[in-house]
Amino acid sequence: MKRLLVFVKKEFLHIFRDFRTMVILFLIPGALILLFGFVVSTDLKNATVSFLDLSNDEMTQKLSDKICSSGFFKRGENLKSFQDIDPALRGNKIKAVIIFEKDFSAKLISEGKATVNIITDGSEPNMATMATNYISAIVADFNSELAGGGKAAALRVQPEVRMFYNPSLKSQHMFVPGVITLIMILICALMTSITITREKEFGTMEALLVSPLKPIQIILGKIVPYFILSLVDVIIILLLSRYVFDLPVKGSVVLLLAEAMLYILMSLSLGILISTVSKTMQQAIFISLVGMMLPTVLLSGFIYPIENMPKAYDWVSAIMPPRYFIIIIKNVMIKGTGFLYVWKETLILTLFTLGAIGLSMRKFNIRLQ
Amino acid sequence: MRTILYLIRKEFIQIFRDKFLGRAIFAIPIVQMLILVPAVTFEIKEVNLCVVDKDLSTESRELVSKLVGSTFFKVRHATFSEREANDLLHRNKCDLILQIPAGFGKDIGKGTPTKLMASANAINAMNAQLSWAYLNGVIIDYNMNLLAREIGSRTFTAIPQIEVTNRYWYNEMLNYNFYMQPGILGILVLAIGFILAGLNLVKEKEIGTIEQMNVTPVKKYQFILSKIIPFLIIGLIDLALGIIIGKLVFNVPFVGSMGLLFLCSTVFLIAVLGLALLISTFSGTQQQFMFTGFFFMIIFILMSGIFTPLESMPDWAQKIDLLNPVVYIMRINRMVMLKGSTLYDIRTEFLALVLFAIATTTLAVNRYRKTA
Repeated sequence: MKRLLVFVKKEFLHIFRDFRTMVILFLIPGALILLFGFVVSTDLKNATVSFLDLSNDEMTQKLSDKICSSGFFKRGENLKSFQDIDPALRGNKIKAVIIFEKDFSAKLISEGKATVNIITDGSEPNMATMATNYISAIVADFNSELAGGGKAAALRVQPEVRMFYNPSLKSQHMFVPGVITLIMILICALMTSITITREKEFGTMEALLVSPLKPIQIILGKIVPYFILSLVDVIIILLLSRYVFDLPVKGSVVLLLAEAMLYILMSLSLGILISTVSKTMQQAIFISLVGMMLPTVLLSGFIYPIENMPKAYDWVSAIMPPRYFIIIIKNVMIKGTGFLYVWKETLILTLFTLGAIGLSMRKFNIRLQ
Repeated sequence: MRTILYLIRKEFIQIFRDKFLGRAIFAIPIVQMLILVPAVTFEIKEVNLCVVDKDLSTESRELVSKLVGSTFFKVRHATFSEREANDLLHRNKCDLILQIPAGFGKDIGKGTPTKLMASANAINAMNAQLSWAYLNGVIIDYNMNLLAREIGSRTFTAIPQIEVTNRYWYNEMLNYNFYMQPGILGILVLAIGFILAGLNLVKEKEIGTIEQMNVTPVKKYQFILSKIIPFLIIGLIDLALGIIIGKLVFNVPFVGSMGLLFLCSTVFLIAVLGLALLISTFSGTQQQFMFTGFFFMIIFILMSGIFTPLESMPDWAQKIDLLNPVVYIMRINRMVMLKGSTLYDIRTEFLALVLFAIATTTLAVNRYRKTA
């Protein structure tokens, strides 16, 4: 036990000596949380639209003003003819073109029907559908204004909706759990994956192997310091989300921290596994950064919900530990449910942890070559 | 010139001597593209609905059958207890609960307005809003039917209506693969070049072999060039592989000029490789480079507009984003591949990348000290 403690102390000294890495370790979670809180969002805001107004009358003016004053759209350069549409969209200056047909109001009055045509840039499908939907909704609103607003009162069945867990529809509820999940696994795996390979590459591994430390003690000694650092990271994120975004932990904080510890332990053992497999630091870094970053961002259901993915991805993401942790953290933090709702996911994470530790113990050579 | 060629040859030998890395450089992008590109769609496939019908009248059943008939909703559960329904929502077994109160049919018969309650799981605000909008649509439809039945067709005066038609250009069917493939390709090329090049230089420092380089007559710019060119070539090969996969597997159209895309990617790669080398001149160990690089990369990527629209970011962030090279290559990739944009269309982005490339490489050459 005392040997282990000394070894842990040595690892701590290693970490603290590299001041810049320490700072970045604490900076990354904070920066990401603020980035998602204040910068990145999937909502439609200020998308530039251009009008191709072939009739230019009072009605089209009114409708285009209504569209541009909605806050979702910003008026771009007016187009003169159909030939202008392609260059405008190709130059990426605008997201959508709204075309009013010729004799718009005249047709509306005489035939009771006029057409608005929306052309959107399908190379960004999400933007395109959102813009189309929002413009259609604004036109529908305009329609009911035209009808005198009498139609709404005639509605017999009035639906009411309650948005559970997130009444104000804030996006924080998605990204805070996401950032914790993403950052923990990447940082933990990165940190531990290079510790053992570094000893190998520099030859100091030999010194460790001839010492009376057992393999399990070496692995534990490598895990413990990073475990503590990562836990501090989790706490920083939770404090930020509580005091900056007003998103408190609804369920039990103790349960959340316990689950976070399990997840950290899992990620650290994954890092150890990577480091026992790779021969050089370069390999370890390549696996944990290039190999893991993009799949974790995309497949953990952090930006893109797993429910929306094709069926086969249920299986693909089943081997991604972040997927389970994100369920746990959403349940405990936002829905406020107890352990009974997340025991299955907890069990799976535990199995992942044991598997990774077991494998690295087997792969851990006590001989050099 | 000969010196540089020898140095480049040395780098290639070094890279490919590591059997694992030599394969991973090409295998990882291929595998990740195949797996990640089809993963992303933004439409909701179906909403799992739980119906709490406390009325069980003809009217309520009519409404429920309307929901069953829609392609969008799957009525997974029907129960009479609110508690049970809420529990299902808690356990993620359903996304939306529709409650029909007792007396619903009677109220409709009498012509008094009646209420429906819907509860949505709104953790994902976007999904919740969308499924609520669809539910609302069905209910409005139902209302219209009621009205039409009541009034018959006699009082149906023509209310002026503006019709909306729409088209999606460049990607008529809104195929998400076309959207993701250029983006993911850009990130993979970035990540591989950035990490390999940066680690390479810092490793020489950490192991001490850079001393041997420093005592040779190799000039600073020659040394930096010899660290950029091999990874530039690797990056371009990865790009070509990615484009081939995009064409063969996902049938992503390539409307624009291939030469233009490669030209832009070359400039982009020089810019990021220069940045990687610049960071590695500031780093003493591979660990330091890794964390600094990771920090830059994840912020570059998340702010690049590949996953979220750039326009939704606040103004100050869009200003900062002017310094983010990934923004430009994302735009260029999508514009050239899908829309067939020409050099004239992307002139601003291209110029920005050129400036970047010049700035980062000059800085890297300047920062690199031959004295230890």
